[in-house]
Order: sequence, then C-alpha cells, then structure tokens
Amino acid sequence: MEKIKVANVTKIFGSQPSLALQLLGQGLNKEEIFNKTGQAIGLANVEFEVQAGEIMVIMGLSGSGKSTLLRCLNRLIDPTQGNIWIDGVDITTLDHDALLTLRRQKFGMVFQHFALFPHRNIRRNVEYGLEIQEVPEEQRRLKATQALKLVGLEEWEEAMPGQLSGGMQQRVGLARALAVESDILLMDEAFSALDPLIRGDMQEELIALQTRLQKTIVFITHDLDEALKLGNRVVLMKDGQVVQIGTPEDIISSPSNDYVKRFVESVDKSKILTAKAVMIPPTVVAYLNDKPTTGLLQRLKAAPLNGLLVVNQDQILQGMVRLEVLQQAIERGDSTLQSILETNIPEVKPTDSLKQMIALLAKSSLPLPVVDKQRKLQGLVTEHTVLTALAKRGDSASAKIGDSTVVKLVKKGD
Amino acid sequence: MAEEQVFTIPKLPLDEWVEQSLEFVTDNFAFITKAISKLLGAGIDNVVAGLMYFNPGVLIIAFGILAWRLAGRNMGLFTILGLALLWNLRLWESTMETLTMVFFSTFISVSVGVPLGITAAFYQGFYRVIMPLLDFMQTMPAFVYLIPAIPFFGLGPVSAIFATVIFAMPPAIRLTCLGIKQVPAELIEAADAFGSTNRQKLFKLQLPLAIPTIMAGINQTIMLALSMVVIAAMIGAGGLGGEVWKAIQRLNSGMGFEAGIAIVILAMILDRITQKIAKSYEV
Repeated sequence: MEKIKVANVTKIFGSQPSLALQLLGQGLNKEEIFNKTGQAIGLANVEFEVQAGEIMVIMGLSGSGKSTLLRCLNRLIDPTQGNIWIDGVDITTLDHDALLTLRRQKFGMVFQHFALFPHRNIRRNVEYGLEIQEVPEEQRRLKATQALKLVGLEEWEEAMPGQLSGGMQQRVGLARALAVESDILLMDEAFSALDPLIRGDMQEELIALQTRLQKTIVFITHDLDEALKLGNRVVLMKDGQVVQIGTPEDIISSPSNDYVKRFVESVDKSKILTAKAVMIPPTVVAYLNDKPTTGLLQRLKAAPLNGLLVVNQDQILQGMVRLEVLQQAIERGDSTLQSILETNIPEVKPTDSLKQMIALLAKSSLPLPVVDKQRKLQGLVTEHTVLTALAKRGDSASAKIGDSTVVKLVKKGD
Repeated sequence: MAEEQVFTIPKLPLDEWVEQSLEFVTDNFAFITKAISKLLGAGIDNVVAGLMYFNPGVLIIAFGILAWRLAGRNMGLFTILGLALLWNLRLWESTMETLTMVFFSTFISVSVGVPLGITAAFYQGFYRVIMPLLDFMQTMPAFVYLIPAIPFFGLGPVSAIFATVIFAMPPAIRLTCLGIKQVPAELIEAADAFGSTNRQKLFKLQLPLAIPTIMAGINQTIMLALSMVVIAAMIGAGGLGGEVWKAIQRLNSGMGFEAGIAIVILAMILDRITQKIAKSYEV
C-alpha cells in the first residue's frame, strides 16, 4: 500500500515564487533562474511514493534539496506547488490545527544533531511527543520506558542528554521518535554526525528494529554506502530534482546518467551486488550417468570453465568434476561421472554478496554454483564474472538485475 | 546673546510640548496615578514596618541562612557580617527601606518586562518598536525621570519606584527576548515536528531554556534598581540614598562614606545571590 505519495512538488525560496515557477515551466535550470530572478529552487517537480513498511532513502549531496523534501512531508516547510498525500490525505490543504494533529499522529522525526532538549532528562525527552498529546503521565512513562528498551538505554532514564555520548544521544532521539508509535519515521541524516564504527552499529540496529516494527521510514543521507545498505529503495537527488529512483542494485548496475555513474564508482560494489545479479547461466552441465567424452571436455574448455557442474533430472546440484580429473577419466575410458564426482563443494545462495563469493573464490579456482533453497542450480559464478561485475561501470547492457532483490546484509540476531 | 544672533530660525518648543503633554496626562489621569501611589505607598510602609518589627539580629541571622541556602556558606557568612556592620553603623532602618524599594521596583519591572520581552521575541514588529524605546529609556539621564514622577505620584518613595522601574526594566525585557531567541532553531524544529502548539513550545522549551538568560536580566535589573533608588533620594525617597543626600548637604565625608559602604554591601549581597540563582538554572 502507498503510504506517502509526492506529486509534482516544487519549493521555491524567495519573494516571487510565481515568477520562478513560470521560468521553471519554460525549462530553465536552477542556476539560470537564480541569476535571473534571485529565487532559489529548493525542489523542482519531485515525484515518488513510499510503500508502507519500506525504508526509502533520499540521497544527495548538500544543496540537493533532500532535507527540504523531507521537511515538506510533514510541512515543516510548505511546498510552493504540488501535492503530498499521507495515507490518502492531501496534507498540502490542511489548516494549522489539522497539521498539528497530523504531525502528532503520523510522524516521528530523528535529527542529524539529535536535537535533544538539554533541560530534560532522557525519559522526559522521550516522553515529549506524548506530553504534547496530553497522554496521562503513567501511560507516557510506560511508553517512554518501552521505547528506551528498544534502543537499549533503559538504564539511562534519569541521565541528562549532556552526559551521553553521541551514539547514545541519537538512540534517545530514535526512542523519542518511536515512543509516539506513529507509522512513519522521518530520519534526517540521523547517523551522519556519528563516527564510522558507531554509525555502522546504528545502521544495523535500525535494520533489526525495522524487521520487528515494520515502520515506513524515510531516511536522508549524503552517504551512498549508507543509502545502499539501508534502503529498500533509493531516491537520488541533484539540484532539487530526482535523478533516479530504484533499488540499490538498480542504481549500482544501471545508473540512469553520468552523474549517478560517477557517484556509484566510489561505492564498494562487492557489498551491494548479489550472486543473482552477477551469475552467468549454467551452459555446460552434465548428468550423473553421462559418459565422460571429449565433446564435453571441449565445451568446458570453450566456456571457459575448469570444473563441470553435475545435476540430476530436476536440476538439483549433485557435485562437480574438475577439468583435469575429467581428462584422466576420458583417457581411462570411465563409463559415468559417478566415480570422479566431488560432492563436498562450496556453493552460494542467490542473495549472497560478491564479498562472500570473493572469499570462496580465493580458496579455489573452481566455479561457484548458485543454488536456491531446493539446491536447484540457478547459475554459476567464476573469478571472471566477479571481476567483470566489479569493473563494470554500469553501462553494459548485459547487467542482469534481480527484479525486487533487496540486499539483505548481515543482520544482528537475525 | 551670541547664539541669538546666529540663529534666525525660532527654537523648536520641544520643552513646551513635553510639559503640555505631561500636564495633560497629570490633569486627566492623576486619579489613577494617585490611587496607585496610595496603594503602593501603603504597601511599602507596611513591608518596612514589618521588617522593623523584628529584632535586627534575628533578621540578620534569617538573611544569612537564606543566603547560605541560595549561594553557599561563604555568602551566608558575608551576609551576616555585612548586615551586622550596617546595624552597628545605625543604618538598619535605611537599609530596610532601600531593600524594600529595590524589591518593589524589581517586582514591577520583572512582571512587566518579562511578558514584554516574550512578546518582542515573537513579534518582529513589536521588537522593532520597543528596542529603540529601550535605548532611549537607558540612555536618558536617570535624574530626568524624577521630574515628571513628582506630579504623578507626589514626593516620596512611590515616585522613586516609578522612576526606578523605567530605568531598571530594559535589561529584563532585552534579556528575556534574547534568551528566547537564543533557543537553537533545531530544538524548535524538533518541537514542531512532534506537533507542539506555540504555547507548548513556549512553556516546555523556550522559557525553560531562556531562564539562565532571564535571570541574568533580573540580576541587572536589581543592580540598576539599587543604583536608582539611591539617586531617587533627591525626591525624598529616603533609605540609604537619603543618608548620602544628607551627607552631601552637610559636606560630611565620614557620614557619606558610611552610607556609601552600606550601599556597596547591599549591592554585593543582592548581586552574588541572584548570580548564583541564575547559574543554578544553567544546563
């Protein structure tokens, strides 16, 4: 279900928005409009939607309009033009009171620099959203404690924000947003101010929390690695415009233009790409009862592969025969592959990352079979395919993208 | 004579305009000011009488304990020794009169000034009007306020308090406004994101965070009030200023010094205690 729908949203900062809108309609770009009118384009015709239970990452460099866009969703900033629907309600038409109610019921927000209230202790910080809604004291205390438990800070209820480290403060920020039990979490560069180790921990914790709570999360970041790690889908922005929307794999393997391409080059693709995305079809396979023939050997050499994958009638993987062992068997005149089959071979799942495969390929030079849950052969991965995938700048047409494959990274306690 | 030859343009009758408008106000609103005067006068008399009812020794100990609780042991000790010296110098009653006037003027300044400061923080238009007015109030020589005070409230402590309030209120307004404006925009945004109303933002966030700054303003107001009630002795306000005034009239330096040191002691006690209170609110 669509939780958030953003249609044709434009934000213009300045005193003559209508003039700027007109020029924008004529197809002028941000810089030209600024030079002509002095009006700054914050967002230009942004469109996307977020499904319930999805982590949508909005990614862009500073000045790309990502923070403005996030603030339009709860109207901390009013869009100049366009509509935003939350659960089917067009929020751009709400009056002040309805807007306050909307913010109370639908949103929790986490900020880059935590924005904890320095005069309130941790518990009272977490209670803030509930206090605003005039929830009775006992109840809000209970909910605050629960939220603090979720982020592992129940021991710190009475501490003041200044006594906590950055990472802990942001956990409090997260607890404050969770305590109101709203469906949507808005996270504005929530982990950007943390040091890399803590940031990694927080990202994993967020993924773990998300599997339990199933919120709709809109997460802003300028860090592509973070975007690809957290996002079910990613909106890439530049100069107030959406450049590309897609799953992390879409963005890595088929960047829509040079801008995205340049971006993607610096990413550690081995963490993002999965076996399913890089594997090649199993063109040369044999059955257990096949006779070792020179024809088989030649096809193998032409592929080129140094191992022969063996399956049964149902395409279930049985094992592998090494090239040199096959050659010896032909010379001996064996009648089946049975006797020379190696059954204890490494294999990978379609969702495994390149990184995991590289580790396996480093140990032996044999091709890695990719099998599904029933151990049915899906494809294979060799050193060559891995290197090609890593070297690819995303412009090759042969990129095979899993339709909705979501990169699931190692999750804590999962 | 020379001046009259240079100027051919007639002098602006600014003095007459001010006189006339003040006269108009006195003629038409004197009943209000007189009523205030009566009420406030009675209040001051009662408080002073109340303070004088107790044995000074008992009060000194009580003030000492209060200072100790609010600002620490050293301040408690200083308060007791300082006030004991004033008692010994036979300045006890004047000190109590001055203290009472400072208390009343501060109370009025703060209860008018803080709301004005809050208003100025929220309404840019009001801010633009009131800030130059505050500059005016603070730079106009303090003595000038004494003159119109007399027709309004008559000679005595009430006129002194009127002039003192005008002189001492600006820092309360200014620093309240500043304290509220200083609350980081990020915190305001956080409060907004959770759906706070303006009133909730004010009472749950802006005012609590502005308190240290507001307290600094109150501290300044108290100090200005003390300096002004001394000056106001010229219109018969009495108190320690009255002692200084007497000493000037008699050219008696010794007596002047005694009254002077009493004012210094009182100022130090009030200043240190309010500063400590302001600090205790800091996060």
